[in-house]
Amino acid sequence: MEAYEKKQKLVIIGNGMAPGRALEHLFELAPDAYDVTIFNAEPRVNYDRIMLSPVLSGEKEFEEIIIHGDGWYIKHGIMLYKGHKVVNIDRVAKTVTSDAGTTEPYDKLLIATGSLPFILPLPGKDLPGVLTYRDLDDVNAMLLAAQSRARAIVIGGGLLGLEAAAGLKSRDMDVTVLHVMPTLMERQLDPAAGYLLEKAVEARGIKVLTKASTKEIIGEKKVEGVLLADGTILPADLVVMAVGIRPSGSLAQEAGLECNRGIVTDSGMRTSDPDIFAIGECAEVGGQCYGLVAPLYEMARVVASQLAGNSEAAFVHSETPTKLKVTGINVFSVGDLGEGDDRQEIVLRDASAGVYKRLVLKDDRIIGTVLYGETSDGAWFHDLTKKRTDISEMRDTLIFGQSYQGGSPLDPMAAVAALPDDAEICGCNGICKGKITGAITGKGLTSLDDVRAHTKASASCGSCTGLVEQLLSLTLGDSYNPSAVTPMCSCTDLGHDDVRRLIKAKGLKSIPAVMQELEWKTSCGCAKCRPALNYYLVSDWPDEYADDYQSRFINERVHANIQKDGTYSVVPRMWGGMTSAKELRAIADVVDKFEIPAVKVTGGQRIDMLGIKKEDLPAVWADLGKAGFVSGQAYAKGLRTVKTCVGTDWCRFGTQDSTGLGIRIEKFMWGSWTPAKLKMAVSGCPRNCAEATCKDIGIICVDSGFEIHFAGAAGLDIKGTEVLGLVHTEDEALEHVVALAQMYREQGRYLERIYKWAKRVGLDEIRRQIMGDADKRKGYFDRFVFSQRFAQVDPWSERVSGVDKHEFQPMATIAYQQAAE
Amino acid sequence: MNDWIEIGALNDIPRRGARCVMTPQGKIAVFRTMEDQVFAIDDHCPHKGGPLSQGIVHGASVTCPLHNWVISLETGRALGADEGSVKTIAIKRDGERIFALLERAAMAAE
Repeated sequence: MEAYEKKQKLVIIGNGMAPGRALEHLFELAPDAYDVTIFNAEPRVNYDRIMLSPVLSGEKEFEEIIIHGDGWYIKHGIMLYKGHKVVNIDRVAKTVTSDAGTTEPYDKLLIATGSLPFILPLPGKDLPGVLTYRDLDDVNAMLLAAQSRARAIVIGGGLLGLEAAAGLKSRDMDVTVLHVMPTLMERQLDPAAGYLLEKAVEARGIKVLTKASTKEIIGEKKVEGVLLADGTILPADLVVMAVGIRPSGSLAQEAGLECNRGIVTDSGMRTSDPDIFAIGECAEVGGQCYGLVAPLYEMARVVASQLAGNSEAAFVHSETPTKLKVTGINVFSVGDLGEGDDRQEIVLRDASAGVYKRLVLKDDRIIGTVLYGETSDGAWFHDLTKKRTDISEMRDTLIFGQSYQGGSPLDPMAAVAALPDDAEICGCNGICKGKITGAITGKGLTSLDDVRAHTKASASCGSCTGLVEQLLSLTLGDSYNPSAVTPMCSCTDLGHDDVRRLIKAKGLKSIPAVMQELEWKTSCGCAKCRPALNYYLVSDWPDEYADDYQSRFINERVHANIQKDGTYSVVPRMWGGMTSAKELRAIADVVDKFEIPAVKVTGGQRIDMLGIKKEDLPAVWADLGKAGFVSGQAYAKGLRTVKTCVGTDWCRFGTQDSTGLGIRIEKFMWGSWTPAKLKMAVSGCPRNCAEATCKDIGIICVDSGFEIHFAGAAGLDIKGTEVLGLVHTEDEALEHVVALAQMYREQGRYLERIYKWAKRVGLDEIRRQIMGDADKRKGYFDRFVFSQRFAQVDPWSERVSGVDKHEFQPMATIAYQQAAE
Repeated sequence: MNDWIEIGALNDIPRRGARCVMTPQGKIAVFRTMEDQVFAIDDHCPHKGGPLSQGIVHGASVTCPLHNWVISLETGRALGADEGSVKTIAIKRDGERIFALLERAAMAAE
């Protein structure tokens, strides 16, 4: 009995939130069991570390975030060593010793050393002015730096980094966040929510650079800036590294306790030494380390029970929601956000309200939730997940949240019908409901295009298209068929033209931006819409849009043509179909060296090498490149060939230098992306040996100049060209051809050849703009020239120099022996 | 008899992309989705044998580059109206490291 009455000695290393909570539980369960001694490396009492961000931003004072004041330690008879860092654990003598030389014996030891900020091993990381974001000392250092109102760079666009950035911004610093991944908080958010978050962060005046890899922190005596891997230098007076944390387990490791990522414990939070426990961010339980407060508090509850004698108490893993603590930005994420075909997703996007909600379902249960903008139902969704509630009954209305359940579903038509006549429908053009319904009945309009033409409603940004269509249905009844617009794919209800118009009108410059703002129904699109969107963005924002490689068809990704057996064919450019002994010899050498099984002359006057193994492509290109060849882009939805005849150089009938003009056009236009492939030809006389009259764009040279043709076809459809008009000089011919191509680039639907586009837009309209309107023509021409500045890069030489290297090599080769082991 | 064999790291594979692994049983395609899930299937479309590793990855599916069949990465089955399936290979992750469950049958041949 005496053993029970004598108090045991409990020593705790660390004074953060987890041990604080553990003591509260312990004093409740077994108030007199232990004499408690705490060593705290920080010179202060236990405070709420989660609330450091509000302290940094000035929304709270330090005193407001203290959890246990000095009085609490006195009341419980706790010996608290402030500012003592424990340097040694002697497991044989059962003592710990601090850096100040204090040694305390223990019966039970609790290690709660938390975590250390991860410091990127960059040159300059030790310069004054480089800080981490972990404790009150860091916050105080940041506040001091902020007094100078200078420039701050935060490395890391995760939770901690964004909170630090928001805090520094509210202290009037000029703040830039550098994030190495393409979207912010990518571990917790899907790209759609990450995109919204980036917009919201930027709206607060914080600059965000994604895909920004930091190479070096520069400065002589103190931080002066940051050098990025792409060579950019950003000036800075303060650099905050917030790239992550790692469990602080070195003390335990030196003491010989089993450590992995963290200090390994059993489910009772007991380490490999039965008298030593570990909790908090330093502990690894069930193979996992934790950083959010809920599981840490769960560890505290378990260890308190264990210390109080309940050996059954066990830690159970549970998913914890992530929330961002930046005032005015609401983000909530929890659970498994992966996709799979045993899973379904419900996505709600409300672009005007900046709301994005996504639920991932499996077997009629919610397994993952991401909420952006409107997060009030987060707890409810999380609760449904925890309780594994079958949601099939409320599935149709689930995404609208808890308050919506049980109510009658809204009929969207009823809402539109109930609108008064003076309700504004089209905000861009100020058109109210009465004007639209009046025009529909008064003028006998039957389609969306009619309404656009007569009233301008939905003719600008298009976001009211749905409302206008509902008004058409209401007014015309069953005779109106809104599905006249064919959607791009099943990911959206919008057609290609609507999407193109909205990309321009709303200034959308990335695929996640398009999907969010245009309320895509899937989170990541499909193989139909992604390549189309990628083309529209490349075409509309040539200087700003970063090509999305993974949204391109394989041929455009590896710059060769895939064949039925998975090998590739390669076609180098032969400008205007002209070649030389040197070029042919180089091709012959490549064919021999790589044992290329087939060589063929193409219909576009060049040479195709077929059956090349993917791994060989870069080496093939390197050899071709040495002979001066560049990619013929025979795989591209872009400019293919300009076929020519020999013209006045040789032919007795030739009227102009058709070969020279063809080469000139090809050199001017190569590299440009178009909605579908673009094949051209220049014939030196009306005998038309270059077959220019079945091409997308063709030129027939005549004595008086150049007859420009377009909209021919010689594939699935056969169609002779239409005449655009006659021009007199080579320069004019080039300008007209280029302007026509640019008009098609701006208006064509993805995969729509020029003859289909021309039929849709009207031949007369195209002639009017290109032949009849010099200003329009000049505008198209200039935009094409601008876009070529970014497009004329030979993709082969890029890849020879190492771009997309992963694409051409297997990730691993498993040998027999290895498989057998 | 199967073994877990390390085949690479998560960051070796681009998001919404794939890499190949050569094994004694043939080429397998290892995919990484937008959400960082990793799947492996035989690199051989059930339709005409197209290299699925070269397709566009969307959600947890891939579209074959030859004739646009859409294959579920999780089950290996063709989605939509098409019928057919391709073998899936179990994958496990340890942090960044990726392991595939590969057949040991090859050893018998040795």
